[in-house]
Amino acid sequence: MSSEIEAIKDPGLPAHVHRKADHDPKAADRAERQVATMFGISALGTLLLIFSYIFIPDDLFIFVPIMGDQNAHQLGLGLGMAISLFFIGIGAIHWAKTLMPDQEVIAHRHEFRSPDEDRNEFVKTVKLGVGEAGLGRRSLIKKSLGTALGLSALSPLLLLRDLGPLPGPEQKTTTWKAGTYLVLDPSNRRIKVSDLEVGSVAQVLPEIKDPEHRLLSDIAKDAVLLIRLRPAEFNLTPDRFAMTHEGIIAFSKICSHMGCAVALYEQTTKHLLCPCHQSTFDVTRAAKVIFGPSARPLPQLDITVDSEGYLIARNPFSEPVGPSFWGRNT
Amino acid sequence: MTTEARLGQVANYVDERTGAAAWMKKNLQKVFPDHWSFLLGEVALYSFVILLLSGTFLTFWFDPSMREIVYEGSYQPLQGVKMSAAYASTLDISFEVRGGLLMRQIHHWAALIFMAAIVAHLMRVFFTGAFRKPREGNWIIGVGLLTLGIVEGFLGYSLPDDLLSGTGIRIAEAIIQALPVVGSYLSYFAFGGVFPGELFIPRIYIVHVLLLPGAFLALITAHLMMVWYQKHTQFPGPGRTEKNVVGYPLFPVYMAKAGGFFFIVFGVIAFLAAVASINPIWLYGPYTPGQVTAGSQPDWYMGWLDGLVRMAPPWETYLFGYTISWNILLPGLIVPGILFTGMALYPFIESWITGDKREHHLLDRPRNAPNRTALGAMSLTFMVVALINGGNDLIATNFDLSINQIMWGTRIGIFILPPIAFVLTKRLCLSLQRADRELVLHGRETGRLLRLPHGEFVEVHEPISPEKAYLLTSHEQLPPLELPAVDARGVKRAGALKNKLRARMSDAHAQAIPKATATDLKEIEHH
Repeated sequence: MSSEIEAIKDPGLPAHVHRKADHDPKAADRAERQVATMFGISALGTLLLIFSYIFIPDDLFIFVPIMGDQNAHQLGLGLGMAISLFFIGIGAIHWAKTLMPDQEVIAHRHEFRSPDEDRNEFVKTVKLGVGEAGLGRRSLIKKSLGTALGLSALSPLLLLRDLGPLPGPEQKTTTWKAGTYLVLDPSNRRIKVSDLEVGSVAQVLPEIKDPEHRLLSDIAKDAVLLIRLRPAEFNLTPDRFAMTHEGIIAFSKICSHMGCAVALYEQTTKHLLCPCHQSTFDVTRAAKVIFGPSARPLPQLDITVDSEGYLIARNPFSEPVGPSFWGRNT
Repeated sequence: MTTEARLGQVANYVDERTGAAAWMKKNLQKVFPDHWSFLLGEVALYSFVILLLSGTFLTFWFDPSMREIVYEGSYQPLQGVKMSAAYASTLDISFEVRGGLLMRQIHHWAALIFMAAIVAHLMRVFFTGAFRKPREGNWIIGVGLLTLGIVEGFLGYSLPDDLLSGTGIRIAEAIIQALPVVGSYLSYFAFGGVFPGELFIPRIYIVHVLLLPGAFLALITAHLMMVWYQKHTQFPGPGRTEKNVVGYPLFPVYMAKAGGFFFIVFGVIAFLAAVASINPIWLYGPYTPGQVTAGSQPDWYMGWLDGLVRMAPPWETYLFGYTISWNILLPGLIVPGILFTGMALYPFIESWITGDKREHHLLDRPRNAPNRTALGAMSLTFMVVALINGGNDLIATNFDLSINQIMWGTRIGIFILPPIAFVLTKRLCLSLQRADRELVLHGRETGRLLRLPHGEFVEVHEPISPEKAYLLTSHEQLPPLELPAVDARGVKRAGALKNKLRARMSDAHAQAIPKATATDLKEIEHH
């Protein structure tokens, strides 16, 4: 039954339709002029680029509708370059489409599989070669060569060892010590409780001897956010509450998810939000994660004041700050 | 005549020394089929050349160093600010070097278009089945190029060492660090110690300008040589078979078209760079780990990855004093790993399902491979949902939604929407097949109404051309694999479960509306 079903026949390649320029010399000449015009426009574009480079000062701004104020120098260079390139392309393609042969041609394709004869010859050659080299019999050579090659691949790996030191205790610690003064970032001034109004936020760093040369690697662990609330607004365990001072609570600013700076504080809800992946922490509940991908609250810094009323750390961070890592003991 | 004579002399000179004439003769006549979608890969190739050119220009001024300096250039808001030499030299390229900002913007736009063209080209190859035998190897090279492109692009926009790019590096460091056992070691090796250290800009610089471009050049060369050697695929149509290539010769038509197209791509990118600002790093300021820009966004080809990370559940496992961060590993490594491995292996998976081990040079119309098309639509939907969540903060501010709504919407959507896309696309393909069948059997609706003697109105249908009828029916419709659970002697075959799975998938893959045949047409004529 199925053999009787007849498919619709291939009518073959449709007949070629000639273009106007193929038989009308006038049309062909017109096409030539069009192509030449496009190449000409391209040359004008290059002139615009040269003119802009030499004569338009690079601090001149002009008003362009829709785009607003634009740097004329940059715009002239860019448009000149765009015109000079684009019209070379358009010209070349117009040339190809109107004047070059457009008769479709057919090339033949052959299966990639080699003729059986060649394949057999190939197998024979390989077998002969393998046999002559004794790869099949001399297993000692094979094994020792394999071992040698494998071992030699280790040397470049070993030589890369000095790319960096091995992870040390600094991975888990920060500059904060018991008694370290909190200083404002970037002014490096010590702070008193009265400097911070209820509801406000401040970014602080530990005081160091040479604040001009604070290392980025240290900021990446030391950055701390101070937030001042009314003490009654907290909903903390007694030991966490003891780590605050007159309504001021201090958290690591480095996100416990992937280490971005947790920079957004929403005053009405008292939430801290990380702008990278939107982990949201509730300040009143010791930065408990209430939304987003972070799995841990921000570490809290234990703070108090010294005899003169300046804020200091009472203890270092009790856990590593920043994103999790394998060796982090939670 | 003089031009010809001179060309002849050169050709003679070269041929007498290399014997290249025979090879050139054959290859100048090489036939390339024409279709707009075949230009997508070309766009990627040309963007790559533009990236090499503009990138080389940038290296003349860029200082890949994290040495701290005080900015004293002409951009006033940052004067006196401490920053790395890398950031300062990027500012200099933007404000001091004439045409520098244009080149920076050309480089960045070209990178975005490079990635977009790769993805569009990949979709063309996937949906038309161009990856089938003998082109599986080239498909894998393509997946490799896509992966390299993502890494290269990320390293590229990390180089200026501005606040946005530094934040991206910080996230990359967190992903490295999250690797079980080796994470901290790899991070310390990559950064030369604690993050950020003073080494990573010069390190990623050499990877960005030498190592990866070298790998790109090697892979692109292999990719193109394979296309050349295996000859380009072609769409089905009258006169086109598995045994031929219908198109235009390389010389002169294709050379002029392809060469011209390079200039068009370059021109369009230069235009974008002239009028559309991209990555204005002077607005972000230098990197410092204690700050961040609101609305931090990676480039678009990283957006889906960021979206997955954002929607990940807050899971961590603590075992014997060690931490496993599922919230980073799952979206950052495991899911992308599965996706990309699956993509690379797809040609082999499909040929296992269909049992088809033959060569294919005629492309499929996507509707004629409903299962594959539906799978593609499903994967795209997954990516788009992830990408939407990657921009959830911007969407929230622009459309007055809350982040939580978008996050929960995408968290649920990423499981529900892809299967829906699969079902809808498959049904759509089958409907289109049905429409093709109708068109061949009953012709085109002309819109002319005819009133019959007894008062009935009918619409006149006009038969379609034999070319069109052939185009709509030339595809193969393979039957599903027959994999009986028992063999001829009634004994249960080994791997019954695997065979059952394979048979079911093969069934789903072979589902189709029977195409119209000449026999059908004759039957209709008889009535």
